Amino acid sequence: MGNKRILPPVLVLALFLLIWQAAVALFQVDAYLLPSPIAIAKQIYDEHEQLLRHLLATLGMTLLGFGAGALLGFVLAGLLHLIPGAKAGFYPLLVLTQNVPLMALGPLLVLWFGFGTLPRVILITLVTFFPVAVAMLTGLMQSDEKLVNYLRMIGASKRKLFWRLELPSSVPHLFSGLKIAASYSVITAIYAESIGSSKGLGYYILLAQRGFETANVFAAIALIVLLSLVMFGAIALAEHLYNRGKVKGETS
Amino acid sequence: MKHALEVNGLHKSFADTRSRGPQQVLVDVSFHIAEGEFVSLIGPSGSGKTTLFHLIGGLELPTSGDIRIDGRSTIGEQGHIAYMPQQASLMPWLTVSANIELALTISGLEKRHARQLAIEWLNRIGLGGTANQFPHLLSGGMQQRVSFLRALLSPKPLMCLDEPFGALDALTRMHMQTWLLSLWEEAKRSVLFVTHSIEEALLLSDRILVLSSAPATIVREIEVAFPRPRSEALWSDPAFVGMKQELYGLLKPAEARR
Repeated sequence: MGNKRILPPVLVLALFLLIWQAAVALFQVDAYLLPSPIAIAKQIYDEHEQLLRHLLATLGMTLLGFGAGALLGFVLAGLLHLIPGAKAGFYPLLVLTQNVPLMALGPLLVLWFGFGTLPRVILITLVTFFPVAVAMLTGLMQSDEKLVNYLRMIGASKRKLFWRLELPSSVPHLFSGLKIAASYSVITAIYAESIGSSKGLGYYILLAQRGFETANVFAAIALIVLLSLVMFGAIALAEHLYNRGKVKGETS
Repeated sequence: MKHALEVNGLHKSFADTRSRGPQQVLVDVSFHIAEGEFVSLIGPSGSGKTTLFHLIGGLELPTSGDIRIDGRSTIGEQGHIAYMPQQASLMPWLTVSANIELALTISGLEKRHARQLAIEWLNRIGLGGTANQFPHLLSGGMQQRVSFLRALLSPKPLMCLDEPFGALDALTRMHMQTWLLSLWEEAKRSVLFVTHSIEEALLLSDRILVLSSAPATIVREIEVAFPRPRSEALWSDPAFVGMKQELYGLLKPAEARR
C-alpha cells in the first residue's frame, strides 16, 4: 500500500529532474543562472560538512518553535473552548495575529529580543500556533451530538465532558493542524535565519545568493524540502501509530 | 412510600422562534414509578418523549411542575439516572470494558471497582471476549447489550431507556427483548422505558402509560398483570392480543379513527 502512494510522485519527480538535466545541457545554461541537478548533488556532497552544520541549526530551531507553537495552540484552543465567552472575544483577534507581515515582525522581534535564538523561536511559535489552535477548536466543537447528550444525561461534568469526549474526538483535527504547522515552521525558520543570524540554512542561502553561488542556493533548497518532508512524515507516522493503537486492541 | 420517580403536573413549552407564541410540548404530565417497577411510556413519534427524558435527566427545566427521583426534587439536576439511549453511544476510542468503566466512574463508582464489575458482567452475559475490543467491531445488538449493561450497573435509583431497540432489525430486537427481560427480572431495577412498539411494551412492563400526540399528556394507564418470569410465549396469549388491540386503538392517529 505504501509503495502505491510513494511511487507515482517519485516517478514524476525523477522525470522532472531528467528534463531539467537535459535542458541545462542542451541549452548550455550558465551555472549561476540554473545549475543542473547533478551539479547540485555534487555541491551537496562537496559542502556536506558545512551544510550539515547549518541543517542541524535549522532543525533545532524549527523543532523548538514548532513544539512551543503546537503547545501554545493546543492550550489556547482548550482555554477558548472551556472559558465561556472567551472564544467570541479572542478568536477574531487570533486571526488578526496572522495578518501582521513576517517581514515587519521579524526585525522587530530581533530588535526587542536580541540576535540570539529567542526572537526566531518566538517568530516560529507565532506562525505555528495558529493552524493548531484553529484545527483544535474546530475539533472540540464537533463532538458527536449523541455522545454529548449521553454523557450529560448520566451527569458528566463539563470538565469530564472535555477530557473524556471533546478532547479525544478532536485528535484527528489536531493532527491535520500539526501537519500544516510543521510545513509552516520550516519555512518560517528559514526566513528567521535570514535576519541577523549567523547560522542555519536561511543564513546559508543568504550568503550563497550574495556570492552568486546558485548551486549552493539549490543545495540548501533541496535540504529544506527534505526537512519539511521529514517533519510532515513524522507527524503522519504519529497519526498512523495513534490510529493503529486504537485497532491493536482488536486482536488482543 | 418512596417512589423511584414521581412526576407531578409537568408542563413544558418552548418559545417559538417564528413568534407564534410559546409552543406547548408537555401538558400536565403526572405519573410515578414504584421501586423495582418497569413502566413503559408509549406514544406517537414527536409526542415529546425526548423532552420528557431531558427534563428527568436535568438537561432542561420544566415550565412548571415537579420531578422527584428517590423522593427528592431533582429539577435541573443531572446525574441521578442511569441512561440507555437509542443509539448505543459508545465512545469509539475506548474499548468495550473502558466504555462501561467510564459510565460507572461518572456515576460515582471507584475506578477499580468499576473495572471489576465491567469484566465480571461482560463475562456473565457472554461478551467477556469483547472486553478489550473497540465498539465498531461489535454488531448493533452486541453494542446495545453493552449499552444496557452500562446502565444496569450504574448505581442510580432509576434507569431510563429511550427506545433502546428502535434502531435494531426485527429479529435482533426480539432477541434483545427476551434478553433484557431475563436480566431485568433478576435485578428488578426501577425502569422508565420509552418505546414505539406495543408488543415490546406489553412483554416487558408492569404498567404502560399512553401519551397523546403533541402537546403530550397521559391519556391512559394500563396495568400489565402477566406473571413473571415472562417469555415470548406471551405473544399468543389471548389476553395479550386483546391488550395489544386496545393499545393499537389508542395510538391510531386521529384521521385514521374516523
